[in-house]
Amino acid sequence: MSSIWEYANPRRFMATSGALLPWISALAALFVVGGLIWGFFFTPNDFRQGSTVKIIYIHVPAAIMATSAWFMMLVASIIWVVRRHHVSALAAKAAAPVGMVFALIGLLTGAVWGQPMWGTWWEWDPRLTAFLILFLFYLGYIALWEAVENPDAAADLTSVLCLVGTVFAVISRYAILFWNQSLHQGASLSMDAEENVADVFAYPLWTCIGGFFLLFVALVLFRTRTEIRARRLKALIAQEQMA
Amino acid sequence: MIALLKRDLTLAFRAGGGFGLSLAFFLVFTALVPLGIGPETARLSEIAAGLLWLGALLACLLSLDRIFQLDWEDGTLDLIATSPLPLEAAAALKALAHWLTTGLPLVALAPVLALLLNLPGAAYPWLIASLAVGTPALSAIGTFGAALTVGIKRGGLLLSLLVLPLYVPTLIFGALTVTRGAQGLDAAAPLFLLAGITLGAGAILPFAAASALRVNLR
Repeated sequence: MSSIWEYANPRRFMATSGALLPWISALAALFVVGGLIWGFFFTPNDFRQGSTVKIIYIHVPAAIMATSAWFMMLVASIIWVVRRHHVSALAAKAAAPVGMVFALIGLLTGAVWGQPMWGTWWEWDPRLTAFLILFLFYLGYIALWEAVENPDAAADLTSVLCLVGTVFAVISRYAILFWNQSLHQGASLSMDAEENVADVFAYPLWTCIGGFFLLFVALVLFRTRTEIRARRLKALIAQEQMA
Repeated sequence: MIALLKRDLTLAFRAGGGFGLSLAFFLVFTALVPLGIGPETARLSEIAAGLLWLGALLACLLSLDRIFQLDWEDGTLDLIATSPLPLEAAAALKALAHWLTTGLPLVALAPVLALLLNLPGAAYPWLIASLAVGTPALSAIGTFGAALTVGIKRGGLLLSLLVLPLYVPTLIFGALTVTRGAQGLDAAAPLFLLAGITLGAGAILPFAAASALRVNLR
């Protein structure tokens, strides 16, 4: 144990992640299922919004993870560009579809919640619009991975796209704020300020957020392992054909 | 550098009709809008600002895959990459050539089309200014997208998917400038933000485009 970069060695990564994965998966399942059950069945209905408010136990964690996943891809891309560790690039590749699905869950649950609350499935509100654009960024990123045949070139190109895309995603976020006023409520949870959500809702919500985070880690580890195995298989097949 | 720019411009004017194509597209797009929306002039003038920007954006998008594709196919791109000129400068020049052959004519054509869409008179200066300031950003972003997808066969559709989300801030500020101008409000703030995006894109994206080109030429 000298440096974190040792895990950039695929063999080392496979061994460690293989040992950790069952534990993380079990914890993720425990937190997600536990948090959702807690949220859905053991919290009171909101006095104005009724039971529909309970969708936040899926909506908020999914939205948080969708943005966090992009951030993780950004970090992984930078590591790939600077130090060229293959596991890093593959982890970014593995995270993209997971992040995209989280973004989709956020959008869909938001629509389901918005219909009774705002009287509309979709509103061109800054948060919603920015989120839709994040979803489009995911689509483009995944499509570029699929389109380039050489894996190293694909990793390079998607990393550059991720860097540039992040800059533009941030600019878009503020441009959209400039463009339209907000209907979506502000942040409900924060680390430092007083919570806008009563504790009775906040605790299961934090449990769900933790659970979704663990779920993300487990899925990314799992998918990265699959990518590494696929890469090895390809190398073996290439060897066979050479022989 | 000048030679490369001249060559690109000459090629755009003489070969393949790339030059007139995006202008014609802009014209057709504008002509189709009333057919889809309905010909009431009041409604048209309300949405003219956004539509003109959308049309300009799509017309620009249409010509993006020509930036590097032809040079890639006949090997010119390798020569450019091995020449003493830095690839970043070559990418910037390509973006400039693209702007001169599509963006600038669009700026010139836009007032005429604005007339067709019954844009309020107060918005004309803002329309011209916002297009003149904003279309270079479209070219710079598009050059980056074209550099990403140059090695991909039939990358045109992928190029649109990659580039359009990047166009969001430019479109917002560009259309906002014209809309505010049409309402008689002061539209300087979005115009300055638009200029900021153009300057930022022009400063950073040639480097990103050059690194993408290097990957694709490897």
